[in-house]
Amino acid sequence: MAKVLERKPLTFAEKTYLPQVLGGLKITFKNMLGKKVTMEYPEERPNIPDNYRGVPTLVHDPNGREKCVSCQLCEFVCPPKAIRITPGSIPEGDEHEHVEKAPQDFEINMLRCIYCGMCQEVCPEEAIFLQDVYSLVGTSREELVFHKKKLYELGGTRPDQHYKWDVKKAAEEEALAGNGHH
Amino acid sequence: MDIVEILLKILFAILVVVVIMTIAAYSVLAERKVASWIQGRVGPNRTALPGLSAIPVLGRFLVRMGMWQPLADGVKFLFKEDPLPGHVKKWYYCLAPVVALVPSLSTVAVLPFGAYWVNGVEYPLVLANVDIGILFILAISSLTVYGIVMAGWAANSKYPYFGSIRSSAQMISYELAMGMSVIPVFMWANGPATGFGDLTLFGVVAAQKDLWLGIWMPLPAFVFLVSLFAETNRLPFDMPESETELVGGFHTEYGSFKFGLFFVGEYAAMAIGSAVFVVLFLGGWNFLPTFGFLPDWVANPWATWGWFGSVVSVLFFIGKTLTFIFLFIWVRWTLPRFRYDQVMNLGWKYLVPLAVASIIIYAIVIALWDTAVTVDHIKPETFGPAPQ
Ligand code: SF4
Ligand code: SF4
Repeated sequence: MAKVLERKPLTFAEKTYLPQVLGGLKITFKNMLGKKVTMEYPEERPNIPDNYRGVPTLVHDPNGREKCVSCQLCEFVCPPKAIRITPGSIPEGDEHEHVEKAPQDFEINMLRCIYCGMCQEVCPEEAIFLQDVYSLVGTSREELVFHKKKLYELGGTRPDQHYKWDVKKAAEEEALAGNGHH
Repeated sequence: MDIVEILLKILFAILVVVVIMTIAAYSVLAERKVASWIQGRVGPNRTALPGLSAIPVLGRFLVRMGMWQPLADGVKFLFKEDPLPGHVKKWYYCLAPVVALVPSLSTVAVLPFGAYWVNGVEYPLVLANVDIGILFILAISSLTVYGIVMAGWAANSKYPYFGSIRSSAQMISYELAMGMSVIPVFMWANGPATGFGDLTLFGVVAAQKDLWLGIWMPLPAFVFLVSLFAETNRLPFDMPESETELVGGFHTEYGSFKFGLFFVGEYAAMAIGSAVFVVLFLGGWNFLPTFGFLPDWVANPWATWGWFGSVVSVLFFIGKTLTFIFLFIWVRWTLPRFRYDQVMNLGWKYLVPLAVASIIIYAIVIALWDTAVTVDHIKPETFGPAPQ
């Protein structure tokens, strides 16, 4: 059953509006003298939390290896199709030769990117991260298509827990030496 | 009147208009600043003037206070493209902002804003000390509504039209209460004690040496203040604009400088309204009321300082006015808008009866007081000749 609220008739003081008006004035006056909440942006910057989803960037591992292996999973998953990868192989004799592949070019069109973080989620190599860059300025469309170099610059280095490729390489070498499980 | 006198008058008039416009412009700034402070923000704090802002501490402080913002706003209004929508009635559309601004600037002509003393006799600093003072102000300031109605009609679109219709209804309702609330003031100011017998505002200020009328006539003062809010279209009575329901009301179709004129006109009206309130109820340029027993100099400590005293009296008057402008702004950022029927109810059912009641009450009180106290003690020689 619906509850019936009894609405009391206004008292005389309430009808004059004055007590409420004065109360309101008191509150706003207090506010006027209170602390300002404005952050004066270009001089003051906000604290960006660790899990912030800023601009997607590519990262190096602590050994300076570019982690992306151009598997193109992110390219496929990206909802607005902001990523375009030109796969390439790692030249022979390179110290990271065992990784086999790396992107020749990696473009992210920041005008298309919606900062959804799907690329970061899908990446099997933990190579792409949405980090703390939130301010993007460009004067042309071309300028806002970030290429591999720029993406690595923005991304920097992130700690790695697995060193997957090094472990793999070591295991292979061990197996070759004949004392592996195989 | 010889030519020099006329030129001097023109010079004074220009000076006064410049001061009013400056006050209006800086009221806009004050509005923005106070609004920000009330909302916990900082407000305009970037506009810098090359050179002046380089002064070490002061320059930075002025920039932080947004001191140059009105300049930037003015320049913006001047140089923006001035669109003339195709569907408006062009002649009235262009005329309306002017009609809205002119009345508020004309009323300053009769507004005394200070005093000078010759041989101990006080004379008002005013452009034209006409006998009909307050009538002139009430009559001319209510012409502002024509600007608004004209704007709403000429804009030829429904929201401005609503705004202007509301505005005219509101102005008429509140004008009545406003006009009646000043009657007790003039009954007192023209009592046998003062003996001026006219409606000059100077007489009102002179009659407030002993007691500011706002102190012993709080009711008319209150009615007048509320009507002033309504007449200047300030919140909580900003029916004609009410941007949340009418997009912007009567000036929806206006842009750039024409809008600027409306804007400045609104603030000029507010400034002059505050000044009139100060004159009527807060003793004008008087320093403090003497309450009948304090020495006479308390009312005007600067009466003997020559021209410097006059300047101080004007500054003091402007100071009081600014306090009221602050009140206007403060109220605006505190209260929500009344509903339209509430506005009408308040006007007709409360303020008008209150004003009538206060006329009757104060008529009786003043009559009793004058017969019992004043008439026996009239000393005509203590009052200067009626001001010219
Ligand atoms: S960033 Fe990750 S998902 Fe994308 S291509 Fe490189 S390794 Fe694959
Ligand atoms: S964040 Fe989303 S939209 Fe942006 S590149 Fe990654 S997957 Fe594409």
